[in-house]
Amino acid sequence: MASEVEDTSRRDFLVIAGNAFAAVGAAATLWPFVAQMNPDAGAQALASVEIDLSPVKEGQAITAMWRGKPIFIRNRTADEIKAAETVPVADLPDPSARNDLLPEATPALDTNRVKEGKDNWLILVGICTHLGCIPKGQAMADTRGDFGGWFCPCHGSHYDTSGRIRKGPAPRNLEVPPYEFVSDTKIKIG
Amino acid sequence: MEHSSSYEPKSSFAKWWDDRLPIARLMHGQFVDFPTPRNLNYLWTFGGILTFCLVAQIATGIVLAMHYQPSAADAFNSVEAIRRDVNYGWMIRNFHAVGASMFFIAVYIHIFRGLYYGSYKAPREVLWILGVLIFLVMMATAFMGYALPWGQMSFWGVTVITNLFSSLNEIIPGVGTAVVEWLWGGYSVSGTTLNRFFSLHYLLPFVLFGLVALHIWALHVAGQNNPTGLDIKTKSDAVPMYPYAVAKDAVGLFAFLILFAWFVFFLPDYLGHADNYTEANPLVTPPHIVPEWYFLPFYAILRAIPSKLGGVIAMFSAIAVLVFVPWLDTSRVRSAKYRPLYKWFFWLLVISCVGLGYLGAKPPEGAYVIWSRIFTIYYFAHFLLIMPIVGLIETPKTLPKSISASVLPSGSGAPQGAVTAPETR
Amino acid sequence: MTKAMKSGFLAVAVLMAAANLPQTALAAEGGHAHIERQTWSFGGFTGQYDKAQLQRGFQIYKDSCVYCHGLKRVRFRNLFEPGGPEFPEDAVKALAQTWPNKVVDGPNDDGKMFDREPKPFDPILGPYKNEKEARAGQNGAYPPDLSLIAKARNVEYTGTWWAHPFSMLRDVATGYQEGGPDYIYALLTGYGEAPADVKLADGMQYNAAFPGHQIAMPPPLAKDAFIKYQDGKGSLDDNARDIAAFLAWAADPSLNARKSTGWLVMLYLLVTTLLLYAGKRTLWSKIPH
Repeated sequence: MASEVEDTSRRDFLVIAGNAFAAVGAAATLWPFVAQMNPDAGAQALASVEIDLSPVKEGQAITAMWRGKPIFIRNRTADEIKAAETVPVADLPDPSARNDLLPEATPALDTNRVKEGKDNWLILVGICTHLGCIPKGQAMADTRGDFGGWFCPCHGSHYDTSGRIRKGPAPRNLEVPPYEFVSDTKIKIG
Repeated sequence: MEHSSSYEPKSSFAKWWDDRLPIARLMHGQFVDFPTPRNLNYLWTFGGILTFCLVAQIATGIVLAMHYQPSAADAFNSVEAIRRDVNYGWMIRNFHAVGASMFFIAVYIHIFRGLYYGSYKAPREVLWILGVLIFLVMMATAFMGYALPWGQMSFWGVTVITNLFSSLNEIIPGVGTAVVEWLWGGYSVSGTTLNRFFSLHYLLPFVLFGLVALHIWALHVAGQNNPTGLDIKTKSDAVPMYPYAVAKDAVGLFAFLILFAWFVFFLPDYLGHADNYTEANPLVTPPHIVPEWYFLPFYAILRAIPSKLGGVIAMFSAIAVLVFVPWLDTSRVRSAKYRPLYKWFFWLLVISCVGLGYLGAKPPEGAYVIWSRIFTIYYFAHFLLIMPIVGLIETPKTLPKSISASVLPSGSGAPQGAVTAPETR
Repeated sequence: MTKAMKSGFLAVAVLMAAANLPQTALAAEGGHAHIERQTWSFGGFTGQYDKAQLQRGFQIYKDSCVYCHGLKRVRFRNLFEPGGPEFPEDAVKALAQTWPNKVVDGPNDDGKMFDREPKPFDPILGPYKNEKEARAGQNGAYPPDLSLIAKARNVEYTGTWWAHPFSMLRDVATGYQEGGPDYIYALLTGYGEAPADVKLADGMQYNAAFPGHQIAMPPPLAKDAFIKYQDGKGSLDDNARDIAAFLAWAADPSLNARKSTGWLVMLYLLVTTLLLYAGKRTLWSKIPH
C-alpha cells in the first residue's frame, strides 16, 4: 500500500510540474504577441521633430505634425498675449497649466504655457481634450470661438488665446507639448 | 462509433447551459472519454502536432499581416521592417517562415504513417480523402505565402509555377494563356498578383481549419487506427483519450517544438533561399530557381517528363493518385507490420520520394534526369500496380487476436486490474 | 527506445565525421568556386557579434565601400542601438551630419524637393539615388546595396552527392548560417592574376570566388593600401574579415537577441519535455502498450 501511495504522489508531482511548465511557457509566448503592437523602433526614432518658425508672422498660425498629432503654433499679437495674461486663474475651469515640462499642479497662468522671453509663441497639441477632434482657429477664416483662441466644432468647446478651456464640455486646457528653442527661430518638439 | 459522454454538469449553471448548448458534453465525449487504442506509438502524436502547427501559423500570420504591406513597392521593405524594427518581429517572422517547413515535415510523417499502417482502408476512406484535400490546400497556401516577401525567389517561383497553366495551350490553343493572365491579373506577374495572393493566403488557412474540423470529425466516427490495424473490439483494447493519449501527445508536441525552436532561433534561413533576400526584379532571373524543399519531389516529377503538358499532368496526378489509394490497396489486412512483402515496397516508396526531393534541387541534366525518371516511374507504379497486385498475392502474417492481446505479455491469462479498466486505477 | 537512441547518436556522430572529409578534399563542381569556411565570433549556435569588430568593419564601409555602395536598410540610429557596433550616440549624430550622401526631403513650401543632412532615423545612403544613376556612373555595372548582401549570398555545396546529406546534417547540428560572410571574405581576398586560360573582358577583374571569375568591381581593398585602424594595425585579411562581419550584422541585426533568447527557449523546452515524458511514463506504467 505504502508504495502505491508514493507512486501516486510522484505521479501527481510530475503531472502538476509538467502542466505548470507548459502553462508558464504558453503565457511567456503571449508576450511577443502583445509587444509587437507597441510602436516599433522606426516610429520611436521619429519621436522628435524640429520646426522652423521664421516664416510665421505676427498674428499667423501654422500646424505641424509630431507623433502623428497636429501641433498648433501661433505667433500671438500683443493684444492676444495681454488678453491671455489678464485672466484670473480662479475663472478657469481647468486650473492646471497642462505643460508637459512642468508639474501637474502648476497654475494655468499664461506664462506657464509659453517660454520666458518668447511669450508670443504659443505651441499646443491641437487635439480637443473632450473627444479628440481638431479645434478650428488656425486658418484666417476660421471661427475662433468666444475667447479669440480656438473653437471645437464637434461639441462646442471654446479655448482662449492661451489655449485654455473657457466654455463647453472639454475638461482640460489644450496640452503644451515638451519643446525647446534650439535657436532663436527654431523649436524642437519631443 | 457511438459512445456516450460521461459528462456530468457540476454546477447548476453548467446544467442550465448543458440543456441549451451541450458543447461541454460534446467536448468531454470527443476529447476526454474518447477511446484511443492503447498501443498507439509516437507517430500518432503528429495529428496533434499538425493541429498546433495550423493554429500557430494562423496566430503568427495574423500578427505579420498587421505589419506587412501587400504591394509590389512596399512588400519587401515591410518584411525588412518586421525583421529590424517591429518589437519581436524577427521572432514572429522566423516562427512563421520556419513554421511552414515544420508543418510540412509533420504532414509528410503523418501521411507516411497513414500509408504504412493502412489508415486509409475502410472505414476511413473519407477521412483519408479529406486529408489529401488538406494537403492540397496546404500546398496552395504555402506557395502563395512564399510569394509575399516579394524577393527574387518569390517572384520567379510565382512566374514559373503559374506558367505551368500555360501548358493548357497544348490542349486548346489560347486557353492556357487566358488562364495564366487571369491568375496574374495582367500580362506578367505584378503587384496585382501579389495582392490577390495575399488575400488568398489569408483566407485559405481558415478553409484549412474547416477541413481539419471535418477530418477530426471523420476520425472520431471511424475511430483511430493503430499499429496492428485491428479494430477496437473490447473495452480493454482502448484507454480514454484523457489523460492517456493527451499525455503522450504533449510529449510528442514538446519534443517536436525542440526541433522547431532550433530552426527558429539558430537556423532561421537554413530552409529558405539566399536569393529571396534580394528584392524582386522582373528583369533578372536567378541562376537556379528552386522551390521550397517541401515541393521538391513534385518539382522533380514535373521536370522528369520531357513534355511541358505531360510534366504538369504527372505532377498533379502524383497528388490525385492518393485519392484512390483506399481502393487501389487490395490487401485484407491494414497494417504493413503484418505484410512481409509490402513492407519492402513501402520503404522503396519512401526512398523514391526522398530521392525525388534531392533531385528536385539539382539541375535537370545528365544522371539527375535519369534518376528522376526512375523514381517517378516507381512512384506511380507503387500506387497503380504494386498496391493492387501485392495485396492479392501476399500472405499476411498471423494477426494478433486483439489490440490488447498484441501488447500483453504472452500467456498471461489473468490481466492485471489496470488492463481491464485502466481509467479506474 | 534507448537502443534506438544510442544507434541514432552513433549514426549522427559518424555522419558528422564523414561530412568533414569532403569539405576540403573535393574540387568545385558546376562553376561554383570552393569557399573556405572562416571562424566568426557570431558563428554557430552560440556566437555573438564582436562589438569592436563591427566598429572596425563600419570604418571600412565608411572609408571604402560607401563611394559606390549604399546601406539603405541600416539607419544611423542602428549604429548606437544595442546588439550592433554600439558607437556613442553623439558620435553617430555628428557622423550623420557630415555624411557625404544627403537625404532627399520635401517638397518644401515652393514645391521643390531638397537635400538635407541625414538624421539618426535616416538610412545610410550611398552616392546613387537609383539603379540607373548607378549604372551611368559605373560604366553599366551596378554596385548593389549592401544592407542584405550577407544574407543574399550563400555558399553552394561543392562536394560529392553522397556526402551532401551528411554535410547538411552537420550544418543543422552546428547551426551554420555564415555562408554569406564566408563568401564576402573569399571575394575580397580572391582578386589575383587571371590564369592563362581565362580571357578577361574589358574592364573586368579576375576573382577566384566570384561565380564565373569575372567581376566588374575593382579590388576595393588593395594588398598594399589596406585601411589602417585607429590603433595603427590592419591588413587586407583583417579588413576583409571585419567588413564581412559588419555586413553580417547589417543583414541580421537581431542575431544577438535571437541566439540568447534561443538558449532560454531551448532550456525551457528540454526541461518541460523531460517532465512531460516522466509524467507520461508514470501515468502509463501500469498499462502495457
